[in-house]
Amino acid sequence: MLDFVMKLDGPIELGLLYALMALGVYITFRILDFPDLTVDGSFTTGAAIAAILITNGVNPWLATLAAFAGGMVAGICTGLLHTKGKINGLLSGIIMMIALYSINMRIMGKPNISLSQEEIIFGSIDPIYIMLVIVIIGKLLLDAFFRTDLGLALRATGDNKRMIRSFGANTDTTTILGLSISNGLVALSGAVVAQQSSFADIGSGIGMIVIGLASVIIGEAVLGTGSVFRTTLAVICGSIIYRIVVAAAYEIPWLEASDLKLITAVIVIIALVVPTINRAMKQRSQARRRSIELLAAQGKSKGGAL
Amino acid sequence: MLEMNHVSKLFNPGTVDEKIALMDVNLHLKPGDFVTVIGSNGAGKSTLMNIISGVMKPDAGEVRIDGTSIGHLPEFRRSRWIGRVFQDPMAGTAPHMTIEENLAMAHRRGQSRGLSIGVTASKRASFRKHLERLGIGLEDRLRAKVGMLSGGERQALSLLMATFTQPQILLLDEHTAALDPARAELITRITDEIVRDMKLTTLMVTHNMEQAIRLGNRLIMMDKGRIILDVDEERKKSLTVEQLLGEFEQISGHKLSDDRLVLG
Repeated sequence: MLDFVMKLDGPIELGLLYALMALGVYITFRILDFPDLTVDGSFTTGAAIAAILITNGVNPWLATLAAFAGGMVAGICTGLLHTKGKINGLLSGIIMMIALYSINMRIMGKPNISLSQEEIIFGSIDPIYIMLVIVIIGKLLLDAFFRTDLGLALRATGDNKRMIRSFGANTDTTTILGLSISNGLVALSGAVVAQQSSFADIGSGIGMIVIGLASVIIGEAVLGTGSVFRTTLAVICGSIIYRIVVAAAYEIPWLEASDLKLITAVIVIIALVVPTINRAMKQRSQARRRSIELLAAQGKSKGGAL
Repeated sequence: MLEMNHVSKLFNPGTVDEKIALMDVNLHLKPGDFVTVIGSNGAGKSTLMNIISGVMKPDAGEVRIDGTSIGHLPEFRRSRWIGRVFQDPMAGTAPHMTIEENLAMAHRRGQSRGLSIGVTASKRASFRKHLERLGIGLEDRLRAKVGMLSGGERQALSLLMATFTQPQILLLDEHTAALDPARAELITRITDEIVRDMKLTTLMVTHNMEQAIRLGNRLIMMDKGRIILDVDEERKKSLTVEQLLGEFEQISGHKLSDDRLVLG
């Protein structure tokens, strides 16, 4: 047990690397209320862009920024398919995910690029510190953005489209903007993960959306969702907790590495089902209590409040 | 202020379900007019609202505000001129955002939205003042999520959000219909105060006949997509619900039927 706790820096580092991706998923899944499957493709796009630029001698920080931009473009495409092409949200994401596979292959030229001989953003400093700084800056920028007029309109787009449209926001634009920021973050995550693991792989994005969802849901369950500030913090913690759970699962001798995706799916299922059951049970007990109260109050005068 | 000329709208044209929603409607509102609209189910009241606000495009005819033709503009571009309160208390506010955030979004109605902070200290102070005028204690709950408010409170907030930036046209689409009588009365009172104080040009659909007569300076009655009766301020003062119902039967040839009709 102590042994496991001593080794926690590994999962925490991974959690921070993937936290950017989880924040991206949070923007689409929670804020825009748009389950965006582009993520599986755009994560690899980020890795691919960063890897190909770095191996061609571009400054790794610039390459990482370029990955962010590439992800944004992918998000814009999904947004255009959905808003202008009127294609169902899930389907727009799936279409882009498939299209991105070919595009990523074109970018990389081969299924796997090694970065072990290259200069990367994690030079002599431990990646965990660099990631901590990047993630905190990213989180604070997002929090600030969601307090601006544009950010409020974006949040309202997911909360009540009809309302924000009646106040003059173009919800097509806000949807596209949200998708582009989200996929930018996902690609950024892909870029840092590739550098940390010293290679970019064409299959690295597979299942990413579910990992993102797991992080968002776990984080919200643990830290709650009071404000945007709190929820983004929760999502980051969720990403770290997810990695710790995965690391713990690896400690179980009869589990294999390929079981990871099943474990992730089970985590998401539990996290989605438990709150629903809880809510239903709470509602029932509340309804029972209220009916007893009302029964007791019958005959007495009713008080009316607005 | 608002002009509708020869506006028509068909639903499901060319099919067995074809329905005339509006037929050659002409309506002119002067600045400061407060017009109440009544009519039976399917008379075209909501379509009228949707065409003015841009949710639907007319098949024929034109809509002008302040002389500008707006028929071709999408809904979000018309919001510069138009404030709207929906029947459903859930429709006019964003439930997972706070009262002050909702007000901040309404505050920028029709303007471009950039990267300036939505809720500033000075805006918050002004929001508080506006909320105080509603007199229901919302000014102390600026940071409460709107989803926690009751239907009446949400509708009062929607009304404030639709009006406090002085729209040229205010559209009220049965905005008290989903509330219980006491809350409906409160919202009606607040509506009357706001419209009078700000001299807003207003079009209010209602199913409450008594309210339609009591409020505003003009009353129009719709049936089968047409405006069949237009009552001016003078006549409206002495009008009774019975007279109005009688008049409707006489002109349209059938009884006024509205499943939510309230006679007053």
